[in-house]
Amino acid sequence: MKNRKYFTVLALLGALSLVAAACGDDGGGETGATGGTSATGGAVDCAADEFGCVEIAAGDPIQLASLLSITGDTAFLGTDSNHGIELAIDYLDNSFDATPGQLLGHDVELTQEDDGCSAEGGQAGATAIAANPDVVAVIGTSCSSAALGVADTILGDKGMILISPSNTNPGLTSEEAHQPFYLRTAHNDKIQGAIVADFVFNELKVDSAATINDESPYADGLAAAFRDNFEALGGTITDTEQVSSADTDLGPVFTNIAATDPGVVYGPNFNPVCALSYTQGSDILAKGTVQIGSDGCLESSFLDTVGAPVKDFDYFASSPDVTAFQGGAFYKDEYLPAYTDQFGEPTSVFNAHAFDASNILFDAIEATAVDDGSGNLTISRTALKDALFATSGYEGVTGTITCTPLGDCATDVTIGVFEYDHWPVEGGVDPTDPVFSETKTLADVI
Amino acid sequence: MATATDEQVRGAELGLLERLPWRRIILVVLSIVILAVVVIGAYKTLTLPADQRYTTTTWKDFIILGLAQGAIIGLIALGYTLVYGILRMINFAHGEVFMFGAFGAYFFSHAWEESGFLDSNPVLSMALLLVVAMLVSMGVAILLERIAYRPLRNAPRLVPLITAIGASLFLANTARGFFGAQSRGFGVPAVLEGTWTILGVEVDRIQVVVLVTVIVAVTVLSLFVSKTTTGKSMRAVAADSEIASLMGIRVDRVIVITFAIGGLLAGIAAVLFSITFESVSFTMGFRPGIAAFTAAVLGGIGSISGAALGGVLLGLLQSIGPALILTGYGIPSSFQLKDAFTFLVLVLVLIFRPGGLLGSSEAEKV
Repeated sequence: MKNRKYFTVLALLGALSLVAAACGDDGGGETGATGGTSATGGAVDCAADEFGCVEIAAGDPIQLASLLSITGDTAFLGTDSNHGIELAIDYLDNSFDATPGQLLGHDVELTQEDDGCSAEGGQAGATAIAANPDVVAVIGTSCSSAALGVADTILGDKGMILISPSNTNPGLTSEEAHQPFYLRTAHNDKIQGAIVADFVFNELKVDSAATINDESPYADGLAAAFRDNFEALGGTITDTEQVSSADTDLGPVFTNIAATDPGVVYGPNFNPVCALSYTQGSDILAKGTVQIGSDGCLESSFLDTVGAPVKDFDYFASSPDVTAFQGGAFYKDEYLPAYTDQFGEPTSVFNAHAFDASNILFDAIEATAVDDGSGNLTISRTALKDALFATSGYEGVTGTITCTPLGDCATDVTIGVFEYDHWPVEGGVDPTDPVFSETKTLADVI
Repeated sequence: MATATDEQVRGAELGLLERLPWRRIILVVLSIVILAVVVIGAYKTLTLPADQRYTTTTWKDFIILGLAQGAIIGLIALGYTLVYGILRMINFAHGEVFMFGAFGAYFFSHAWEESGFLDSNPVLSMALLLVVAMLVSMGVAILLERIAYRPLRNAPRLVPLITAIGASLFLANTARGFFGAQSRGFGVPAVLEGTWTILGVEVDRIQVVVLVTVIVAVTVLSLFVSKTTTGKSMRAVAADSEIASLMGIRVDRVIVITFAIGGLLAGIAAVLFSITFESVSFTMGFRPGIAAFTAAVLGGIGSISGAALGGVLLGLLQSIGPALILTGYGIPSSFQLKDAFTFLVLVLVLIFRPGGLLGSSEAEKV
């Protein structure tokens, strides 16, 4: 009997690990930009600020933290965003010289935490950061799952700003769930979903589609945005399937999808699920069925995994259209070369959003920090938040950045659709221009 | 007297209630309910209107996909069951032994794909990939036993179990450190792309290779365990290691051989898995590892044929189950419930046969 109990415990353990795996990965990546120059001056009344002030003594660094996915399957996303922040710090002296610049006469120190691309990871990382009262603001998270109801709340409760370069789940900036200290320079997936639906219905002229998404808020939200817009255009959704981000065997799911005979299968997931969908789906779906992924799919490891495009099966992925980034000259001639020099080819496009997020943050700090004349800075947390939310018309590398009261700073977003393997990431085959590109504002899709 | 009679009557009633096999009755009712749900679901699915019903081809695809996937799981499950049979411990790091084999083969397949050797000599290259993966997995399994498990041979049972989980994390992260976090494409010879028609049924070539390889591997293993002297010593140690050592069997050697065989099988499974899914990554061992452990328990842990049967059953359950049972009830995205479905079956099997399908029907005394 002892043995039986042992197995019951083990079976439970096994079941729990599967549940944990299912809940594990999710996230989102998108783009946005904000810029702001609101200035306040004079003395700071820290006692009046519910969240107090950060005091930085002369000679001490201004402490920032990043909470990004730097381990696991989505490490490509967070590492890349960290590089964007490092470049922004480098550019504080208006030159990409691989030496950090200074902000208001202080060094900027960046502490990197891992969001684990999961709610658990977001909780652990945010708790660690929130324990340090000297942290002025946080850039993160990489994955929507790490922010939604987790990092945004933990940091917001301390009055710490959280600006995400790549969260795209619509929920984060919804009336119901938005946390007052949360912003993002990444786009809202309502826009991405609408543009992809447009591409399928009007460009590919396909009127039936199935969706397959993993359990992450990112994938789930994006698939839903696509379905809503596609049906509004007059298309038919033949099947909606869910998988786990830890799944490798997608055969049965695709067999199920194939039975409904869709013209397009939309799978806005992360790798390896995206790459596995393309290879396994192509074995099972009817010839000519197009698969489409999202910015979570569009990265180098997909190219590594799949290699040459599968014959008779096209694959597209949507992503912020780097070729359309405003201030294109700066992006192409200065930013991108500096990135490549210091870190090699970008593994995603969100480093640009991290760069913008850092810059609007620096502007807001400059606008709100009060110098006592001898180099000691005082930054009111609430004033810093207000300055960030007041960002308007900032010309970032990803576009014009204007923050809404709900924290969406990328309000005017250009999404490109890229045909596999002409992707604008390391390993992509030239030309890497999008086959379809469209600009929408939040007002267009809400 | 009257009072005494009442008490006696009440006593007799209580006795009757106590005598009823309540536990058994509840289990039987529960299983009847579950069976009814399954049968009604299947009936509803099969009698859907023609335009919503799955075609014969779709069912055939479900079955073959499930068989191929289950066969690979079964191969990994053999590693769990062999080690359990000998040591009474669950080697949770076995999934990582499998993952290392896949990486070993990946480096060769990648190089050969670039050089064209994979396409020009498909049979030779596949055979060599199998050998490489088997050797790598075997090496990792032997090191694991020597470094992580042997020093704990006489420790309480939970100690090696926790060590195994630790070893699993250690190996997975070592692979991440060495090979990176990205998943990589695994080269497949061009000749294996497409389908073959066997007895009028169109089957994916890779699935044919998978099934044939697994059948050969399991047959060789069964012969090895039942016919050779080493196989007999393995069975002797499994039956009673103390008596076996008194009879002159070198228990440590047998244990190393058991781990080595488990590793060899994991290596084979790794290549089959990699050509099926065409990718490898450092996390690839986790899911199949859990699935294989489940399969081993389902089939009866410690039993070789049980592990193989458990694997195939698990593969079929995951592939056919959700479509067959849940579609009829109109449940959307039914495949997200495949694990719930699998564990439901596992729980049912353990209720009625605590030792698993082919294990001893009596719970083992420890």
